[in-house]
Formats: sequence, C-alpha cells, structure tokens
Amino acid sequence: MNFRIAPVVGACAVVGLFGGLLSAQTIAITGGRVYPVSSAPIDNGTVLMRNGKIVAVGANVAVPADAQRIDAAGKWVTPGLINSATQLGLVEVGQIAGTRDDAARGRDNIAAAFTVWEGVNPQSTLIAPARREGVTSVVVLPSGGQLVSGQAALLNLVDGMASDMVVRAPIAMFAQIQSAQGAGVGARGELYVKLRELIEDTRAFSRNRGAFERAETRDFAASRLDLQAMIPVVQGRLPMIVVAEKAGDIDAALRISRENGIKVIIGGGAEAWMVADRLAAAKVPVLTGAMNNIPGSFTTLGQAQENAGLLRRAGVKVIIIGNAGNGDEETFNVRNIKQEAGNAVAYGMTWDDALRAVTLAPAEVFGVADRVGSLQAGRDANVVIWTGDPFEFSSRAERVFVAGREHRAMDRQELLTERYKTLPPGKAIPSR
Amino acid sequence: MRRFLVPLAAVTFICACAPSRSSQKPTPATGKDSVPEVGLGAASTPNSDPFPSTYVRFPSAPVVIRNVNILTAAGPVIRNGAVSVAEGRIVAVGATVDVPAGAAVIDGAGKYLTPGLIDTHSHVGAGGAPGTQANSDVNEATNPVTAQVWVEHSVWPQDPQLPRELSGGVTTLQVLPGSANLIGGRSAVLKVVPARTVQGMKFPGAKYGLKMACGENPKRVYATRGPSTRMGNVAGYRTAWITAEGYKRRWDKWNKDKKGDPPVRDLGMETLAEVLRGNILVHNHCYRADEMAQMIDIAREFGYRIRAFHHGVEAYKLADVLAREQIGGSLWADWGSFKMESLDGVKANAALADRAGVRVAIHSDDASGSQRLTQEAAKAMAAGNIAGIAVTPEQAIKWVTINPAWQLGIDDKVGSIEVGKNADLVLWSADPFSVYARPEKVWVDGAMLYDRLDPRQQWRTDFELGFVPLPGNVNR
Repeated sequence: MNFRIAPVVGACAVVGLFGGLLSAQTIAITGGRVYPVSSAPIDNGTVLMRNGKIVAVGANVAVPADAQRIDAAGKWVTPGLINSATQLGLVEVGQIAGTRDDAARGRDNIAAAFTVWEGVNPQSTLIAPARREGVTSVVVLPSGGQLVSGQAALLNLVDGMASDMVVRAPIAMFAQIQSAQGAGVGARGELYVKLRELIEDTRAFSRNRGAFERAETRDFAASRLDLQAMIPVVQGRLPMIVVAEKAGDIDAALRISRENGIKVIIGGGAEAWMVADRLAAAKVPVLTGAMNNIPGSFTTLGQAQENAGLLRRAGVKVIIIGNAGNGDEETFNVRNIKQEAGNAVAYGMTWDDALRAVTLAPAEVFGVADRVGSLQAGRDANVVIWTGDPFEFSSRAERVFVAGREHRAMDRQELLTERYKTLPPGKAIPSR
Repeated sequence: MRRFLVPLAAVTFICACAPSRSSQKPTPATGKDSVPEVGLGAASTPNSDPFPSTYVRFPSAPVVIRNVNILTAAGPVIRNGAVSVAEGRIVAVGATVDVPAGAAVIDGAGKYLTPGLIDTHSHVGAGGAPGTQANSDVNEATNPVTAQVWVEHSVWPQDPQLPRELSGGVTTLQVLPGSANLIGGRSAVLKVVPARTVQGMKFPGAKYGLKMACGENPKRVYATRGPSTRMGNVAGYRTAWITAEGYKRRWDKWNKDKKGDPPVRDLGMETLAEVLRGNILVHNHCYRADEMAQMIDIAREFGYRIRAFHHGVEAYKLADVLAREQIGGSLWADWGSFKMESLDGVKANAALADRAGVRVAIHSDDASGSQRLTQEAAKAMAAGNIAGIAVTPEQAIKWVTINPAWQLGIDDKVGSIEVGKNADLVLWSADPFSVYARPEKVWVDGAMLYDRLDPRQQWRTDFELGFVPLPGNVNR
C-alpha cells in the first residue's frame, strides 16, 4: 500500500519513483546453481524476474529476447535472506536515545497496541549494509522486554518509506514470560496470572464493545487500544512470539497456548532442546540462534549451540536469528544472519534446513510465504547471486535484488573505506 | 533473544587516534621488542610480584600431529606437514618430522593446525557468567583513575566462560578492567586452564598491562563529578601522569641512595611509575582517530609508550601514524554504530591497518565472540579482499596468534608454530576460516586440555556441575 504518494501523483508515478526502471525490466539469471528452497536445487537453472516478481524458475525456462541476461555460471542463487529478529531502522545509534524507536512506554508493562514498524526510518544507514550482504527482508520487533511489548512486522528492504517496505503488518504480537521484573510483577506465578487476566479482559472487551464504550464494564487490565490489539491473538488469528529461554518457561508458554487457543512462537528458546519433543508435538516453532553457549543468566543455563539442530531433528520448525548477544546483530550486524546459519550447520543442523531457517521457514511461520522466502513464480523477486556457499565468509553476495531491483550505490561504510584507502586522505575526497 | 548491552560490562571499548600531520616527530623505529625486557621487579617496592604465578604445565606425553595443514603464523602454510611436541614445547615442524619413541601420533588428514589463539581483550572471569551484580567485578567505577586495582583480584577461576574459551581454541587471554575509568588498573595475562586460583592461571613471566580508556565511557560514567567532557578526560590523564612522574622520581632517588625512610608507597602510583619505566604495557581503549592521536601526544609528553589501541574503530583513518609509532591495533571485525564514537566502523578496518604496517589483532571484548576468533578474522579478511586489499590466510592467522602475542609481550613464547615455542596448539576439523570449522583438540604447553570427541577431556567448572545441562549426545 503506497498511501504516501498514491493520492497525490497516482500509481504510475509510484512505480516510476520507487519501483524504478530496473524492476520493470525482465531479468534472467542463468547458469547458476539455483536453490529455490521450496523445491530441490537446480543445476544450471534460470530465474526469470519481471516487474519485481519472479515469473519462472527451472532448468528449462525460456528467456524472452528482451530480457537482460545475468550469467551466474559457477554461482549460487538463493532467495534473499530473512533476518527474523531485528531493530533495523528502529535503532540507529544504540546509545543515543533520540535515534531509538524500538520500545513503547505502554501501560503497566503492556504495550500491545505498539505498531513498531510505523517508526521505521527508511533512511537508516544500516539498511544498505544488510542488503548488500544478502538480507532482503527483516522482521522488525519491539525490544521492550515488557509483558507484551508490541507488534512485529515483516519488511522488504526496498527503497521508499516504511509503508512501502511493509510486506505484512502485523505478523505477530511480541511478549515475554521469562522476566517477572520486565512484566512488572514479582514472580513467575504472578506473571502467568497477569497474562491470563489480559487474555480474559481481551475476551470480555471483545464480546461487549458497546458496554465498554458506555463505561458499563469493570476496569480492565489494559488500555482500550491494547485490548483491541490483543483480540486477534486471543482469537488465534495472530501468533504471539513469546520470549522464553528456560525449559520450564517454554513449557509454560505451551500450556498458555493450549489453555487459551493462542498460537505461540517461542523466541530465544535457549533450553528448547530440552523440551524439543513437546514443542514438536504442539507444532510450535522456535526462533533461536546458533552462536551462544554461555550460561549468561539463570534463565539460560542450558544455552547450547546444538539447539537449532536438535530441535530440527525432533521435528520442530526452526527460524534462525542472531543470538550471540553482542555485536549488534539486530542493527549493525543484521547481515551476520548467514554466519549464524553456518554455525547452526557446524553444530548439527543440515545445510538445507539452515537455509530454510533463514528463508522459507520464517515466511511460512509469519504467513508471507506467498511473497518471500522461496524462488517460485509469483513471489517477490528477492534474489541473491552468491560467489559460493552463502554461509561461508569467503563468499560474497555479488548481486542482490529486492522486488526485482538492484541497489548498487555505495553505502556509508564503503564511502568511508574509499575515503581512507590512501593516507592521509586527499582534499578531493569522494563524497557521493 | 537479544541481550541488552549492559552499560558497563559491554561498553568496554575504546580507541581513537588523530591523524595529525603537524608536529609529530617520527619516533625512531625501535623494533618489535622496543619495550624493555625488564622483569616484574625493579620497581618502587620491596615486593614487586606479590601474587606470583603458580602455573605448572599439565603432565603430557610426547605427541606428533602429522598429515595436517599447518598455519604457523610464521610463514607459508605447510600442506600435509607435521609437528612434534615434547616437554611442553614444539620440537620439530616441517613436511615430515621424526616420531620419538613413545610419542602418540595423531593423523590430521584434511584438518588444520594453528597456534593456540590469543585474545587481547577479555573480561572473562571478572564478569562471570551467569551475569549477576554479585559477580560483576570488571569496573571499579568509583573514581576516574583507579590505577591501584589489579583485575586478577576479580577473576573467578570457576567462571563457566573459561572452558568455552578453550573449546574455541583460545589458550591465552588478557583480562582487562573495564573502560569506565580513564585509568582502569592492571590487566592479567592468563592461560586458559583449569585452576583453583587465578595465580594458577597467570602466564609465567608475562608483563602486566595497564588499561586506559578514551572518550565516551569515562565522561558518561563520571558526568556528574567529572570528567564530563573529552577535555576533562585529557586533563585527568595528564594530572595522573604528572603525579606519577614525581612519585617515580622520589623512588628512583631512594632506590639509588637508600637514604632515610623510603617514600610512602602508593599502589596506584606504583603501577603508573612502572609504566613510565617501561615495565607495564599500556592497552588503551580508544575509538576515534583524533583521540588516538591525542593519546599518542600524551604518551610522548610523559615518556611512556602505548602498546596497543583497543577497539580502534577508526584505526583505518590513522593507520600510517599507528604503524610509524609501532602501536598495535586490537580491533573488531565488524562492530559499530552502538555509540557515537563507534559510528564509523568499517569491516575493512583490520585489512587497511594491516596494509599500513600496524600489528593487527582481532580481539573480542565479548565472551561469545572470543570463541570464534577465526570466524571474526575470516570476516575481516573477506572485507579486505572485497575492498581490494588482498589478505592471505597466512596473514589473517597472525591477527589471532602472533600479533596479539606481541601486543602482550609474549611473542617469544607463544603465538606461532616454531621450534622452541610453547606447544599451544589447536587442531581444527577444517580450514579455521570456514564457518563450519570447529576446534577438535586443544593443547596448552603440550597437554591436551580439550578434545571435542571425548567428554572426559572437556573441562567443566565447579559452577557447571548440576547447574548447566549439556545436550546429551555429542560434540563438546
């Protein structure tokens, strides 16, 4: 939805401005080893894109005469990667409060109404470096740590405004049950009570809006807008990412899900491998990483790099996110999701599963598999040509297309590098 | 999921130099061992080594690792070569070596051997896991100058992060006080070995380091009492060094004359005087190029040397000066943007600095990243290559071995696979710059202290017993 410009200049201008001429072109990537993810790899495959969409993928795709051909012989072609836990565009400089739009104040540790994506800064200098290294979509999450911190969205890293970037919003509610303090209560048991109260009040609110508007209801535990935002959650239509690290907390999340008909996704899941069978039985996906093995807190004593592989082996759907815990994997190093996936492989996940965990798995879990996450006709043309195995440091994302458009302008980090390649830097400093 | 940057634990970074083409008289090239090899003693005090190392190498039989690709950090890669170890030392390296009677032979087909990795910047042990206020012992944030503290007195040898370092191939760590203070105190160079006491981990003969910090951290921490500005920071360093000069003068005189009562001891001044005598190496957290240049001028004013800038996010802007001044750079592969002074972080930093002649180390400042130093180096190497600065594996391995060894002043003992050196070795399942490579075996002074394939050869700290569950099957 392009409500920023459409009313003013009309749809054609929108394409001209943002889609750009490139995406209107027909582009054929030929000769590469193609990993559609949704189906088996194709040697010497072709990916055909037109008007920002993939129109054909296969070994025997007819390339129209007017198509721009890109020879990918010897290269690997994959869907653009998805990093499913970021604050990209929400946090520019971590320690500068004025550049942070990642946490809502909320009321009583509940901020369900918070639509974090509306605050995304499309001019963030951190978007281009992520995209340059093959990340074409991100999930933006609040980072509040409250009982309910707000709602998440999935964005394509296209040029434009935040509204142009949204693939789907919301994709999930974001909550946590591992810190009583963050939830504004004194103990885990009280946290569950508070969450149940929120769920019950949402139901009551939803059943009788009229009474609420007439001020004929009892006091509810959350604000009107927070209750309203929770309605699709309690109705089982919008999943809720529940950050839970301890095995016991994960089991509690499963119980809450069962008792209330809420679709839960586990976030973090440090000790998920200890309850892998329960997660598999409940068909609950897990967002976790593969670069942390430190018992950094009493809620993550069982943190293990084998987690992702063990979960997958048990049949749990796994989405790989950054979890090393430092180096700003949610912002400056959103690009390092491929390192995370590579480490998952080193610690027991299959390579195919690791690629799926940063492409199609999140697309499916977040209900956008018809748009992103695989190379199939009809999907957004989010395509990366790699010089080799995408997870290897020696490989490079050589060409990156988002919605069929390639971005080749130098980013800030590249401009700085160029400026200081010769010391001292001259007067004629390249500026742009 | 996200672990929030804890203000002081995680904010330990520093570095910054200023390219000044003005008044900097090039210091004479002093060679890599320019810091005088003076022992721990010779100081102002009757007892210069009050907490001496009690480390003794673990018993071990001779071992030969053969048919293995060796990144020696001292020359070209040796394909399908061999290394022989006895009595804790490397006794032979080459295409083939003699197998002494009784030596265990390990076949390294398809695998890689590197020196034990060295991390110049860690807070492991002082900021133990799980992170609690009770075990938060990194920053003595009570005064902007705390030269009197020694970080070894904060190190908890049962920190479960320590065995994880070892399983990541790290055999030597410099543990530093945090960067809250202008002058944060003494560092400790530790061997990553199981021990009941920190003395049992101390690297025999290693010099102490002094932690200094530029920029945002001190002025933020002391905003209300000062320093609250960068100019306040600089005044703080200079004031401390002026006091130290006088202290050193009084003690040097008394040590010579032995006349009358000795001057009153001052713990902090003792440490600073030892820096002025060249017996303690300065490790200076500094991000920005302009601040690094100011720190270089301060060092020149008081006659001490900076051994390495740590974090050095803008080292690439001042690489020529750092090289000329023989100052090492302990750098990240790809951190930036978490604070204003880190805003200009670029992934080619290490490659650009290396090309200019700076002794580059890839450091961690992070117990997680420290376990993957070769992955970090691989990212920095790739970034260099993309930027058109060719970096070979032979060069990149130095970033995590011999160069950090030099920065710690222990490059005569560890950091490369050469005859006579301590047998700190890592056998990798694959090219250590591959994301899929994992350390399989780690030796410290010839003793195998980690074997990925044998749980009995995997150190578990006291804390872990009963507290930390392990994935049942495998792999650690």
